[in-house]
Amino acid sequence: MRLAEAWRVAVDALRANRLRSVLTMLGVIIGVGAVVALVSIGTGTKHLIEQQVEGLGSNLLIVVPGRLDPGAAPTSSPLTMDDVDAVTRVVGDRSRVAVTISSGETIRAGSRSAFASMQGVLETTPSVFVRHLDRGTYLTRTDVTTGRRVAVLGAGIARQLFGDRDPIGRQITIGGVRFRVIGTFEQLGQSLGVDRDSEVHIPVTAAQRLLGTDRIDGLAIRAPDRDTIDQLGASVVATLVKRHPDTDFSAVTQEQILGVLGDILGVLTGVLAAIAGISLLVGGVGVSNIMLVSVRERTKEIGLRKAVGARPRDIGIQFLLEAVLLTTIGGVLGMALGISAAVLVDRLTPVPAAITWWSLALAFGVSAAVGIIFGVIPAQRAGRLDPVVALRTE
Amino acid sequence: MTGPAIVAVDVTRTYQLDGVSVEALRGVSLTVAADDYLAIVGTSGSGKSTLMHLLGALDRPTSGTLLIGGRDVSTLSPAEMARLRNETIGFVFQSFHLLARTTARDNVALPLVYRGVGRRERRARAAEMLTRVGLGHRLDHRPNQMSGGEQQRVAIARALVTGPSVLLADEPTGNLDSATGDSVLALLESLNADGVAVVLVTHDRDVAARAHRQIVMRDGLIVDTSAVAATPSAEAEATSPAEGAE
Ligand SMILES: Nc1ncnc2c1ncn2[C@@H]1O[C@H](COP(=O)(O)OP(=O)(O)OP(=O)(O)O)[C@@H](O)[C@H]1O
Ligand SMILES: [Mg+2]
Repeated sequence: MRLAEAWRVAVDALRANRLRSVLTMLGVIIGVGAVVALVSIGTGTKHLIEQQVEGLGSNLLIVVPGRLDPGAAPTSSPLTMDDVDAVTRVVGDRSRVAVTISSGETIRAGSRSAFASMQGVLETTPSVFVRHLDRGTYLTRTDVTTGRRVAVLGAGIARQLFGDRDPIGRQITIGGVRFRVIGTFEQLGQSLGVDRDSEVHIPVTAAQRLLGTDRIDGLAIRAPDRDTIDQLGASVVATLVKRHPDTDFSAVTQEQILGVLGDILGVLTGVLAAIAGISLLVGGVGVSNIMLVSVRERTKEIGLRKAVGARPRDIGIQFLLEAVLLTTIGGVLGMALGISAAVLVDRLTPVPAAITWWSLALAFGVSAAVGIIFGVIPAQRAGRLDPVVALRTE
Repeated sequence: MTGPAIVAVDVTRTYQLDGVSVEALRGVSLTVAADDYLAIVGTSGSGKSTLMHLLGALDRPTSGTLLIGGRDVSTLSPAEMARLRNETIGFVFQSFHLLARTTARDNVALPLVYRGVGRRERRARAAEMLTRVGLGHRLDHRPNQMSGGEQQRVAIARALVTGPSVLLADEPTGNLDSATGDSVLALLESLNADGVAVVLVTHDRDVAARAHRQIVMRDGLIVDTSAVAATPSAEAEATSPAEGAE
């Protein structure tokens, strides 16, 4: 009963000062809104990255020269096709090994041109990574061994060079050399900030001739299963180190890439959310302030309630409830704001957003906690007022 | 059996005002019997309101002993004081002190909230009490929609709604014309007849004369008593617990 009265009085008090209540809530609304929106965007981005890394294919092992160490200088690759043959012997299955040598090149078709990421690859690429063709065919083993000048275009490049026309069988030039288009990829979109629809795949042998090198940048292996992936990575690295004693090699799995990216993203999201949390704190101070004003305004009422039998606790709870009501209503409005912002960002920008229940629950919990923390001092002050003194104030 | 409602022995109350001590009460002894009808008179500033606040458990003495309903207030926590006010005392303030945005009925029901009485029963008892003070037709009026006399009667109804054993009224007729004042006094007297101890402060000789006895205050002391019950025997009675607490 007393709690019901405290509730009724708190609601009345907020209603009686609608504008003031809303202004006081503003800090909490903005704080909670920012936290919800940022966490949603962070989570959405993380999901997207996970999807795309997983989309590369499962049980993938990527082997690159150098240490996998953020900040380590990129190592120039000593790898040649002989190394690839050695690795293939370790793996025991040519179709599980892919290589790449890449270079940014301007591609021309007639009067049109496009800037592409040219990738010299083996015919195994679609079976190691997951790549689906939209039209035509992919490179064959013969294309690779003979260094035939054929190319498979990313969806974006195909559109830029040929528009709506069918590119299959048409000529393009890469670095002045003529290639024939034999296939196009399905549209992929962006991945990790890289536009994957601007790739052009040609046989690795043709790419090496074009670039005047016998090196490759790195290789990728699809392990038969998850359990042997680390062991396979170790033996591949050991094989390569034996052939190139001066160079370090790293074999990283999808999980490791995901882990590193997830960590970075997590820290970033956390920092942003913490900054937004400061706004929540400022909002809390505002609540505290307005509650002290409210106590002062209603001193006489407090005195009367005490005179007719309200205990310090009854009064304290009444004011605490008012503060918590302020911040939780602010919290709910903030959530609505944050969700709207996240949905807008998701719809209108390439940045994805995923609203998670835990972030909403957290936001609500935090706003209630802010109310309690910042309401306690005003509530205690109200509860301790001396009834005679309180009644005497005007 | 009932002991005296209130016993004060050599009670003082000193206010600290910017480091200066103001002795509002300088040693007051007083017994309010369970069926008393007592008027306190005295010049302005003589300490009448201060004494009433003490008798009503709104305040604590600086020194001396004060027993309300047999309980020594110096041993009570603020929460226990609140409970004592709620259960034993009805206080009618000189300036009414009604909640402005609240109806007569809800104003009267307020003490029942802190008594833990359910809403339905609260409303029923408040309406009943308002009817008893002649305001059955004003249940949903707010204080600013009522006359001074009506507000005073709402304040009295609020003081009575919990069924207190002592009614304390600080100048209950001070703001009223004589006819309205009369009806308020008649109400207090009928309560007294029903066994409620009534203590009122007044400047009005005629009002004071209607009480069973009067005390006169000056400079924080009781300077005159008339028709006073024997204090020593009352003190002896007060030492026996008057009420099973809680
Ligand atoms: N809170 C306070 N702080 C300081 N002094 C106070 C306080 N309350 C009362 N006093 C002083 O105590 C004395 C007694 O005050 P009190 O209100 O009891 O007088 P009173 O007899 O009720 O007067 P009145 O007839 O005018 O209502 C006065 O001198 C007053 O100034
Ligand atoms: Mg007075």
